[in-house]
Amino acid sequence: MTDELNEIHSHDVVIIGAGGAGLRAAIEARSLGASVAVVCKSLFGKAHTVMAEGGMAAAMGNVWKEDNWRVHFRDTMRGGKMLNNYRMAELHAKEAPDRVYELEEWGALFDRTKDGLILQRDFGGHKYARLAHVGDRTGLELIRTLQQKATSMDIDVYMECKIVKLLKDSSGAVVGALGFWRNSGEFVLFKGKSFILASGGIGKSWKFTSNSWESTGDGHALAVTAGADLIDMEFVQFHPTGMVWPLSVRGLLVTEGVRGDGGVLRNSLDKRFMFNYIPEMFAAETADTEEEGDRWYEDKSNNRRPPELLPRDEVARSINSEVKAGRGSPHGGVFLDIASRRSPEYIKRRLPSMYHQFKALADVDITATAMEVGPTCHYVMGGVRVDADTAASTVDGLFAAGEVAGGMHGSNRLGGNSLSDLVVFGKRAGEFAAKRALGMTKDVEVDQAEVRLAVEEALAPFNRSQGDNPFKVQQEIQETMQNLVGIIRNQQELEQAHSEIERLKERVKQAGASTTSRRFNSAWHTALDLVSMITVSEAVAKAALLRKESRGGHTREDFPKADPEFGKINHVVRITNGEMSVKPEPLPQMTPELAEIFKDDVK
Amino acid sequence: MADLNVKLWRGDDNGGELVDYTIEAQEGEVVLDVVHRIQATQAPDLAVRWNCKAGKCGSCSAEINGKPSLMCMTRTSVFEPGETITITPMKTFPIIRDLVTDVSFNFKMLKKVPALKPKAREADGTYRMFQEDIERGQEFRKCIECFLCQNVCHVIRDHEENKTNYAGPRLFIRYADLEMHPLDTNDRLSLLQDKMGLGMCNITKCCTEVCPEHIHITDNAIIPLKERVVGDRYDPLVWLGKKIFRKSKTKVAVTE
Ligand SMILES: Cc1cc2nc3c(=O)[nH]c(=O)nc-3n(C[C@H](O)[C@H](O)[C@H](O)COP(=O)(O)OP(=O)(O)OC[C@H]3O[C@@H](n4cnc5c(N)ncnc54)[C@H](O)[C@@H]3O)c2cc1C
Ligand code: SF4
Ligand code: SF4
Ligand code: FES
Repeated sequence: MTDELNEIHSHDVVIIGAGGAGLRAAIEARSLGASVAVVCKSLFGKAHTVMAEGGMAAAMGNVWKEDNWRVHFRDTMRGGKMLNNYRMAELHAKEAPDRVYELEEWGALFDRTKDGLILQRDFGGHKYARLAHVGDRTGLELIRTLQQKATSMDIDVYMECKIVKLLKDSSGAVVGALGFWRNSGEFVLFKGKSFILASGGIGKSWKFTSNSWESTGDGHALAVTAGADLIDMEFVQFHPTGMVWPLSVRGLLVTEGVRGDGGVLRNSLDKRFMFNYIPEMFAAETADTEEEGDRWYEDKSNNRRPPELLPRDEVARSINSEVKAGRGSPHGGVFLDIASRRSPEYIKRRLPSMYHQFKALADVDITATAMEVGPTCHYVMGGVRVDADTAASTVDGLFAAGEVAGGMHGSNRLGGNSLSDLVVFGKRAGEFAAKRALGMTKDVEVDQAEVRLAVEEALAPFNRSQGDNPFKVQQEIQETMQNLVGIIRNQQELEQAHSEIERLKERVKQAGASTTSRRFNSAWHTALDLVSMITVSEAVAKAALLRKESRGGHTREDFPKADPEFGKINHVVRITNGEMSVKPEPLPQMTPELAEIFKDDVK
Repeated sequence: MADLNVKLWRGDDNGGELVDYTIEAQEGEVVLDVVHRIQATQAPDLAVRWNCKAGKCGSCSAEINGKPSLMCMTRTSVFEPGETITITPMKTFPIIRDLVTDVSFNFKMLKKVPALKPKAREADGTYRMFQEDIERGQEFRKCIECFLCQNVCHVIRDHEENKTNYAGPRLFIRYADLEMHPLDTNDRLSLLQDKMGLGMCNITKCCTEVCPEHIHITDNAIIPLKERVVGDRYDPLVWLGKKIFRKSKTKVAVTE
């Protein structure tokens, strides 16, 4: 093919990503008899999923018998401000409990109720205590369980390998993925009949983020570049509680479990300010006095939930307003206080890694003093447009599941709904990708010229010996997105973001590999990550400019209210002839039976 | 603030050396931040692994002034003013480049672990497990696979040849996790003793000392496993008498 390519692997199903979604897909596809490859950028078991803390949402009804899939479905849709793909939300609510039980059978040791069942905890936006969890390290349990299951199933794992291009055949179906080994810098081609993107999020494009180096939006960029549609890219979730001090840990996540377990938010006047920010949509189910909110933890039937547990977008915006009004904490956040409300033993048992994190990194004992917290970029609701039932994208042979897929969470995701999303749709993607592959009779052909071109593109940073420092360019992208496409947006700043992005596209083309060595060369790796980051940044900024309303993870200063007309559309991002465009398309309408669930709601 | 003096090991499998870097100190930083700032400003090709920056993923293991540690959980404030911070890769694993080592040995060993074989569900379709039944298992499952314990264990650190027949502390924890799992029905004791080198561990506890998750590797995992092996082989009455949680188990064939 080319001198550069000495390694080719052929599989029925090739999965890009080894987080919760990728691993669950792999297990499903393998159990149906497909030969499966899992490719990931980090070591096996280090994907972002490992960092998840609070838990996974599933209406099992172990703590509150009243809970069922309808209530979970309603919470999810309302949390997403009704912009969710209703069918995904429905499947998710119905199937999540089985996916949790299956993890238990594969060895996951969730915390237990007194009756020996899986314990569930409270989280924002969920009517009942619904999150299966292991202290505050649920993601570790999830990824380890899936990893151990996959390891026992004869699945081929290709770790520390970055996919840089999806390759299509003449019919337009994806048939190959070109990657390189981070360790050696050698190229490798994966040929396959079905491909599943499970590549996670995009948070690395913001300065203050809870996301790791991996979250550069590679999957989003690979998909849109291959001709697939993305939807809802303007919706980016800023988690209300990230650490703000010391600077070096700014953005690091403080789990919502702190509030679920009794923690409250206060401003510099020591006031629980969230009572001033209860939106009409949630007024009927939110406590309006501190006393009622406090009673709710023990007696949910006769009391309403405290406003600290409103959906994340509401809480993040409120914190932002308090800080702007000059009522913030010394380092520009607000106070999250559980110390004065729960015993040290309780806090250490329920939130061991938060205790450890603050103690070790900030010299703060959270059982004695309040934490300082503020919003941090956390999750992207937007992603690859998929068919709800099969997880198929709009390009043949390409599927997507997990954070890289769009639609499920609408304009705002509820906490705990991601881990369950990963396993529900990971399983579905694995199933339908395997069925497609096993039903194909012909072998796939990859165009050699295309491979050659993709290799050349990937090696380009080595031809820029005088190239720019990629870390510098990365920082400029992060500053741009943080300052101009952040938690609160407006027309003028978004327009400025557009011209910045055009300028940065040129900067990305100048980023160099620093030395000629290809062996674990971080400059080269980062230079290639920039290509994804800038593509995704452009998609977010373009969609954000067009949505002239505020909804969920998209807040416009100049259009502070939700607009019912925008409530009827999704923005679809597409690349045609090298040009990225954004078009509105009507939101799928739910069936009358499902609509019935919302009949008494305030809009 | 004052400058920090940092020595970083740079090189690959052909050899390398400690290289000096000077960089301005910043308040509240961890060693990984310093390495990242060196990478961003002075050495963009520097090879280093990380993911979570919060002690949760186990990617950033290295030896800091000779002490095996997570770079993201080591504050720079623990060093004396003017003290040089020397950062070298984990010694037990082959070098790939700079601070990145080839840890595939661990994944190969993990692949050899016979999987969990769950017992049947209760009549009502659930599994009943009580918090006290799973507390020990939860301790083992806190492991973030940083492989620092593997790195310090002298059985493989000083004897490369043992890597074919010694699983190491991380793996012993994994075996203990399965052996004490309330749902499991497999028996891996012969495998552990005959192929995984459990007998070669002489309980020096170096592994426990470096574990960032504070798992009691020796006391809670290795010693109970050793007791079970002894009991299983020589004196069934010993283990019957012991208050160890155990179910009837099927033996796993000793295979590779
Ligand atoms: C700190 C933190 C706490 C969280 N807590 C919770 C919680 O309590 N509950 C909850 O529901 N959600 C939580 N979330 C969100 C949730 O963890 C993530 O949304 C979810 O884990 C994403 O999983 P995934 O499988 O889609 O992708 P990831 O776990 O992000 O994995 C992505 C995979 O794709 C691979 N990849 C990416 N690009 C490429 C490429 N080009 N080539 C090859 N491989 C590639 C990566 O290497 C990785 O293996 C939390 C998130 C964070 C950051
Ligand atoms: S106690 Fe055993 S496993 Fe741990 S370091 Fe010592 S010899 Fe190795
Ligand atoms: S047992 Fe501890 S030291 Fe060993 S790999 Fe796990 S977390 Fe690391
Ligand atoms: S970066 Fe995850 S443990 Fe250090």
